[in-house]
Amino acid sequence: MRYLPHTEDDISSMLQAVGTGSLDELFSVVPENCRRKKPLNLPEAVTEWELNELMQALSSTVASAPDYKVFMGAGSYEHYLPASVNSLLGRSEFVTSYTPYQAEMSQGTLQAIYEYQTLVARLLGMEVANASLYDGASALAEALLMAIRVTGRKRVAVSCLVHPLYRRVVKTYLEPTGYEIMELPRLKNGRTDLGPLADLDGPAALAVQSPNFFGCIENLRLMGEKAHERGALFITCFTEPLAYGIVKNPGSQGADIACGEGQSFGIPPSFGGPALGMFASMAKYVRNMPGRLVGQTLDMEGKRGFVLTLATREQHIRREKATSNICTNNSLCALGAAIYMASLGGTGTRELARLNHDKAEYLKAELKRAGFKLPFDCPTFHEFVVEFPAGFELRHKELLGKNIVAGLPLAPYYPELCNHYLLCVTETKSKEDMDVLVREVAS
Amino acid sequence: MREPPGTTGLILNEPLLWEKGKKGRRGFSLPRRDVGFYPLDEESFGEGPDFPDLSEMDVVRHYTRLSTWNFGVDTGMYPLGSCTMKYNPKVNEKLANLPGFSGAHPLLPFHHCQGALKLMFELERLLAEITGMDAVSLQPAAGAQGELTGMLLIHSYHKTKGRPRSKILVPDTAHGTNPASAALCGYRPVAVKSNEAGVLSPEPVAQAMDEDTAGIMVTNPNTLGLFEENIQEVSEIVHKKGGLVYCDGANMNAVMGMVDMGEIGVDVLHLNLHKTFSTPHGGGGPGSGPLCVKDYLQRFLPVPRILHEKSEYILSEDFPESVGKVHAFYGNFGVMAKAYCYIRSMGPENLKKASQLAVLNANYIKESLKGVFHLAYDRPCMHECVFSDRTQRAFKVTTLDMAKRLMDYGFHPPTIYFPLVVSGAIMIEPTETESKENLDLFIEACKSIAKEAEEEPELLRTAPRRSRTRRMDETAAARRPCLAG
Repeated sequence: MRYLPHTEDDISSMLQAVGTGSLDELFSVVPENCRRKKPLNLPEAVTEWELNELMQALSSTVASAPDYKVFMGAGSYEHYLPASVNSLLGRSEFVTSYTPYQAEMSQGTLQAIYEYQTLVARLLGMEVANASLYDGASALAEALLMAIRVTGRKRVAVSCLVHPLYRRVVKTYLEPTGYEIMELPRLKNGRTDLGPLADLDGPAALAVQSPNFFGCIENLRLMGEKAHERGALFITCFTEPLAYGIVKNPGSQGADIACGEGQSFGIPPSFGGPALGMFASMAKYVRNMPGRLVGQTLDMEGKRGFVLTLATREQHIRREKATSNICTNNSLCALGAAIYMASLGGTGTRELARLNHDKAEYLKAELKRAGFKLPFDCPTFHEFVVEFPAGFELRHKELLGKNIVAGLPLAPYYPELCNHYLLCVTETKSKEDMDVLVREVAS
Repeated sequence: MREPPGTTGLILNEPLLWEKGKKGRRGFSLPRRDVGFYPLDEESFGEGPDFPDLSEMDVVRHYTRLSTWNFGVDTGMYPLGSCTMKYNPKVNEKLANLPGFSGAHPLLPFHHCQGALKLMFELERLLAEITGMDAVSLQPAAGAQGELTGMLLIHSYHKTKGRPRSKILVPDTAHGTNPASAALCGYRPVAVKSNEAGVLSPEPVAQAMDEDTAGIMVTNPNTLGLFEENIQEVSEIVHKKGGLVYCDGANMNAVMGMVDMGEIGVDVLHLNLHKTFSTPHGGGGPGSGPLCVKDYLQRFLPVPRILHEKSEYILSEDFPESVGKVHAFYGNFGVMAKAYCYIRSMGPENLKKASQLAVLNANYIKESLKGVFHLAYDRPCMHECVFSDRTQRAFKVTTLDMAKRLMDYGFHPPTIYFPLVVSGAIMIEPTETESKENLDLFIEACKSIAKEAEEEPELLRTAPRRSRTRRMDETAAARRPCLAG
């Protein structure tokens, strides 16, 4: 086996050095009753060439671009990935290193994360960001737990227009400790209804998503004011960071914590993971933040360098009193996002975001022209809801056969919205792709 | 001695991203605009971010230079204890990035993602066989999230029985994440001391275990690199009081094909695919922390579960007692694909051999360095061994100094100051993918450093000297945090 370098000679001389007769005897410290009786019942080893075939066979059964036109986002987005991003991300000095505990040997990772923290803080209009969370869903759960720590309160209000799967993760995280979650209903225009917030006694946080699950941009400023009036932290969540290339950022609208999914930036959809939990807050809350942080410092000769810092919040020091059990430093995904942001630059981010927006507007206009209903009239970024005629389910299925995924049916998540579909258009869809889609759904 | 790999080289400086670049540059081929401009409503839309504008080569050089300041498994030996820094096969990287995997939308109709579901279904079965457990969920995105999911599951189990419990036993040799994960479920961790041999004795467990204690979190082999030889008795004690045994499987690399975790009384176990199953650590993530359970706990596993029905793989939410979801989708699929490739490439014999060689390598280092550093527990170890700086303290040299000096010799230092039960701990895990020659070089470097500690301690205190930056002022970093530029 090419991953195991030991020759028979190596093994026997090493066994001799250790004073043991055989490899099995090395395990004499494992009591007899703890030893495995039967050999592992696994498929026999395959060669590299057999593995290639085996994996290609599995991969080829999955619908993906460019063969399929997927007009579906809902928390996982198809964007073009420049060859330069993938090439840099493959540098094995980044890929095969571990959490940068030993700063002098990890300055590459550390500077890259420091830069990522800075870019994310700028993108979201916040003061501090980290690169430590798994995905948008757990980032939101951690944000709510952080607000509970900061305020000392036990109830949170979460909009029903936060991604339904994120809300389920939040429920899982908050349930055992008995924190109460109030779900805020929606208004007719596709935005969150804050009315019931007034009935919630001592809220720790108000959490909304913008653009929300229906793609609608929420009026964050107003919501932030309402949250702060009640002494709650204002948490804004997102599934598409590219939106902030043109949409007003959460910090400028009063967010205390901004968190969400960073997959759109340089990370392929990959069936939902690995993803990237983006997490940012205002500096005054930094000591309550979950996860690792990188800070700038000097070495003993006065040269600029970077280290993991403020570790006294973390599990390996504080154990059960830590701000979180997070141990991950989601470095490779954060690196992908940083390289992507650096490649786009400020000008490119704005232009690409604008292109996504305008393409979606084009499709909206064409669908309207074809007689379909767009039930929510709020501004959107690159996702929106369409109401198709009753029985569209069948047509949706037929289109799969033509390699088109015509959006995500909303009924499984919002039972009252039967025949409503969430559509998404990114820069990967041409005008022609959209014209074909409109033609096909209308026929 | 033979020449160690450490040397100085041509290392280039590189500023921060926003210290380079010029407005108007671009490193991205913007897709053609084939639609018109649509108005942006002023209330919602604004300026966009203040990012530097860089050309494609600016970006490429920036990250290429940064990468040269890093040390990875591909660069050299990385004997970081408890982290299993084994070789990460290249073919796995390539295959996990096949377009059908990397391009798969997680909400595709089942019929259109059969290959991805099949891979996950089969990986679950492979991991169940390797651990000796009955059912697996691949959803946790990291080891610590696997632990949390395990604790949630134990919490649900007791709740279903109508008797929620408030405490959990955690030995003093546990990973720091263990008590933190338990606390997230509202459990109060109760510390149990390990004995003079470095393992758990049944007696203190029996004393601490009561009917308000949900169970025990054991790491086996433990963080001292020792097999918990009383695990069966400990499990019996916990089970008798209605508790469950949680095993932190971070150290599974020591016992593949040797120990059946299900047989020795473990009810719930998490694995780290990025340790045992060769997926790269990526600078600290992404990882993957599957949760394995006994049959009677299956109904609590996270949803959706993958089922194979009528010759099709489907995702089912129909498990009303499930703890719920811990990830927006199904976990870190990209990492799972690499682990799957690894297990299929290795096969049963090589997996067992990997564990045997991991244990051989650790014992070889332990025996070779026994007189050089103080060995905390002088007994056969599993995949890692723990020394301390007790001998070198006489020369006012610490574990940190020796760790930093190892860098000058071209090795990544071991884990230091962990586990906490050994003062000044030096925790070495070579893994099976290091050859005897590499181990010998490492051993010689350690011996040479121990000699320097006696003769030229200043060399160690001011190490590293060959790295691009010298020792960092961590105190200043924490006192005046500068977290963004």
